[in-house]
Amino acid sequence: MSVVPVTISHTVELEIDGENVRVREGATILDACRAQGRDQPTLCYGDTLTPINACRVCVVEVEGSRVLVPSCARKAEDGMVVRTDTERVRHSRKMVLEFLGSSVDLTTAPNVDGWMEEYEAKPERYGPPAPPAPEGARDRAQAGHHHAGDGQTAATVAQPVKVDNESYIRDYAKCILCYKCVEGCGTDWQNTFAIAVAGRGFDARISTEYAAPLPDSACVYCGNCIAVCPTGALMFKSEHDMREDGTWDESEQTVTETICSYCGVGCSLELHVQDNSIVKVTSPLDHGITRGNLCVKGRFGYQYVQNRPDEE
Amino acid sequence: MDLRLTNQEPTEAERAAVDSVLGPPDSAWVGGERGDDGHAAHGGHAARAQRHLLLPVLHALQGRAGWISQAGLGYACRRLTVPPAEAYGVASFYALFALEPRAPVVAHVCTDIACMCSGSVELVAELERTIGPSGERPSNGSAIWLESPCLGLCEQAPAVLVTRAGETPGEHSISKATAVDVSAALAGTSEQRTETLAPQTEGGGDGLRLLHRVGTIDPGSLDSYRGAGGYEALRTAFDIGPAGVIREVTDSKLLGRGGAAFPTGRKWDAVGRNPSMPHYIVCNADESEPGTFKDRVVIESDPFALIEALTIAGFATAAEHGYVYLRGEYPLAWSRLEHAIEQCRSRGLLGDDVMGRGFRFDIELRKGAGAYICGEETALFNSIEGYRGEPRSKPPFPVDKGLFGKPTVVNNVESLLNVLGILHDGGAEFARIGTEQSTGTRLFCLAGCVQRPGLYEAPFGVTLREVLDMAGGVRDGNDLKAVLLGGAAGGFVGPDMLDLELSFEATRAAGTTLGSGVVLVFDQTVDLVPILLRIAAFFRDESCGQCVPCRVGTVRQQEALLRLAADRPRGSVADETALLAEIAQAMRDASICGLGQTAANAIDSAINSLRVFEPQGA
Repeated sequence: MSVVPVTISHTVELEIDGENVRVREGATILDACRAQGRDQPTLCYGDTLTPINACRVCVVEVEGSRVLVPSCARKAEDGMVVRTDTERVRHSRKMVLEFLGSSVDLTTAPNVDGWMEEYEAKPERYGPPAPPAPEGARDRAQAGHHHAGDGQTAATVAQPVKVDNESYIRDYAKCILCYKCVEGCGTDWQNTFAIAVAGRGFDARISTEYAAPLPDSACVYCGNCIAVCPTGALMFKSEHDMREDGTWDESEQTVTETICSYCGVGCSLELHVQDNSIVKVTSPLDHGITRGNLCVKGRFGYQYVQNRPDEE
Repeated sequence: MDLRLTNQEPTEAERAAVDSVLGPPDSAWVGGERGDDGHAAHGGHAARAQRHLLLPVLHALQGRAGWISQAGLGYACRRLTVPPAEAYGVASFYALFALEPRAPVVAHVCTDIACMCSGSVELVAELERTIGPSGERPSNGSAIWLESPCLGLCEQAPAVLVTRAGETPGEHSISKATAVDVSAALAGTSEQRTETLAPQTEGGGDGLRLLHRVGTIDPGSLDSYRGAGGYEALRTAFDIGPAGVIREVTDSKLLGRGGAAFPTGRKWDAVGRNPSMPHYIVCNADESEPGTFKDRVVIESDPFALIEALTIAGFATAAEHGYVYLRGEYPLAWSRLEHAIEQCRSRGLLGDDVMGRGFRFDIELRKGAGAYICGEETALFNSIEGYRGEPRSKPPFPVDKGLFGKPTVVNNVESLLNVLGILHDGGAEFARIGTEQSTGTRLFCLAGCVQRPGLYEAPFGVTLREVLDMAGGVRDGNDLKAVLLGGAAGGFVGPDMLDLELSFEATRAAGTTLGSGVVLVFDQTVDLVPILLRIAAFFRDESCGQCVPCRVGTVRQQEALLRLAADRPRGSVADETALLAEIAQAMRDASICGLGQTAANAIDSAINSLRVFEPQGA
């Protein structure tokens, strides 16, 4: 054991799956797992956001704790004994993946297929999906009231895509309610507060006030919600339209890194280009200044770059 | 914060409703007239610090107009500097708020498990036949009826809560309701009609520790309370000092009565010692556990006792601010407690110098709006603070970071009441009552198929059989089928468990719980399957929706039960019960809070102890 006292107050040592690991004080169990090379599945976690620990797919067993704990949020403590691959952990992760897979469209969520396989999740065992809700029905759901059905179909959050502006779409049939867009729009980054979680329980949803269309809301089209969405529920309209047309092809895309030319902040841009057209714009999450965030100009104001005479 | 508000103008009524809580606006910034100072802004921090008034403002809007309009909410947002999307998220969280135009008079008809045993099913069927479907406004009517979760009038089932919006909004409860009563309610001619059912108190309440004043004092009179020994405990507290109070409470080995059974003395000590100031003391009176009504009876009958106990808790833990969070479905308890707090203020028992002993303490009353989850302590903090009632992640625990991020004691009503007796007799003496690990007496909510439903008090260690006997046994001489202990989050036990000792340790050892003191009795005439379906529907409705295991697990649980109930399982019955067990395990292990962790308990126990879905089962 280490006998150097100077490090004691700044690091903690814990045991993960039988191996000791030392991390800085304040690090989470997830940080410790990653430091050790044992990545855990995460959905609602974003390294640029305050952990909300809502999805529960990263849960681990901590000795002495009655229930499983979210590794993304729980701080590592000296002497903690953590297990990431017990029967209980695997079961809860499997069920979380099944619950989401059976109620949400995860077709554009990266990584999920691999986890489904790893944890042997079978979302189809809850029965065929219930028919999608008509437009606006989920927005109007009254807390404390629901229509139960007969159990022969599995309730889902399926509903029509919200297309109410030229910049981005909201496909809440793909929403796992991870709160990341709300955090990005609110106190974590943008401080615009255009969206919040509304309703309750299975009817909880991301919403503007009274489900107003985005142009009538406080939205400033920074698109920072798109940047953190883990499932593709929030998407550039350009990407959405191309996917609808069947022309979206990431293997045909190049990414050009550049600096936004609009103002002096100098945000990093990644221009995703397909067929010589910009199809979406991102900013690297690990960039020291922007942390993945942009404003409306950097995110959506790229048309001037490709004002080609032949398209006039 | 850069608010974007719509230009919709609130009606005069909506404006008046908001101003009735916040006072008139003092600048153009918050919706008033532009003054001589032109564009000066008086909002900012001062306005944002009022966010905790959002819930009272929403109540005012709902009460005035019968629903919360976008313009009304927008005005509230301007006054409080709250983003409209967030305020909408808060308003839409509560079942008692409507965000679309709704009839001004609503009869909320309880369809929960206790009322199901006493006629609510028949009542609902009759309402559907004579008035129309739930939520539908009859032609020429200005009123609707809605199905409601437990209204906390289980001992007087079936129960109805009537809410009336307008210039003088009002609410009242109707017990033992009939279709005629509901029709009268919808016509605007009904009034409060409930009783106090605590049969042990008939004839004086001697020997009772918690209920001894119920029915013997005038709940509207401070003098009546003082004449019955009221405020002696606070005097004792002042004499022995905060450390002395905490010592007595610790010696009493009092465990919290809200369900978690945490030692009250340890909680008080942790907050009292915490250097971060201010400290808060919160009384959790949001009892919404189906089958529970004890807090209601106590507050309706003995409101000053709660105020005195809360004052003692504040004194012991160096808190100057107390909150009582009362569920929104208790109009009589609300008005009596409100009246009692005002009397205490005017008589120097609350305020800057309590009893002339140099201690400053006051209490704010907060009304819930139909959300079971707000009984979870951290969800309750969020609700008071004007946020959605979503539980917080623990740690940090309330004793470190509670209400407004400050050290906070949260106690159930019944836990607090015990403190009065502890200071009267001394902690050591109190600890002699009950069992080794469960000291004192317990309030039991007897309802369902019992002869004399009501609130009963008995020392811990009493058996289930003895408690049932106190209530006259199963009604009509019927055979006992099952008892639900601890409410929807508790568990069923069969007739073979009648000799179960009711204490924290014995129920835990038997794999069940005392929870909130619910003893809900089902006789052989009751089909338990609809009861289980109602419990499943309850948890689906009441899940806050924050975490996946609870949000989706409660839905999948309900769906599997619906298939079993209809005898249309996917695969075999055993496949379905195995699936339910898997869902239960994930909810128990991975949910954020106690709601999700216990949402499968009752159903699990009905399947595994009572064998409800086995051919020869109950």
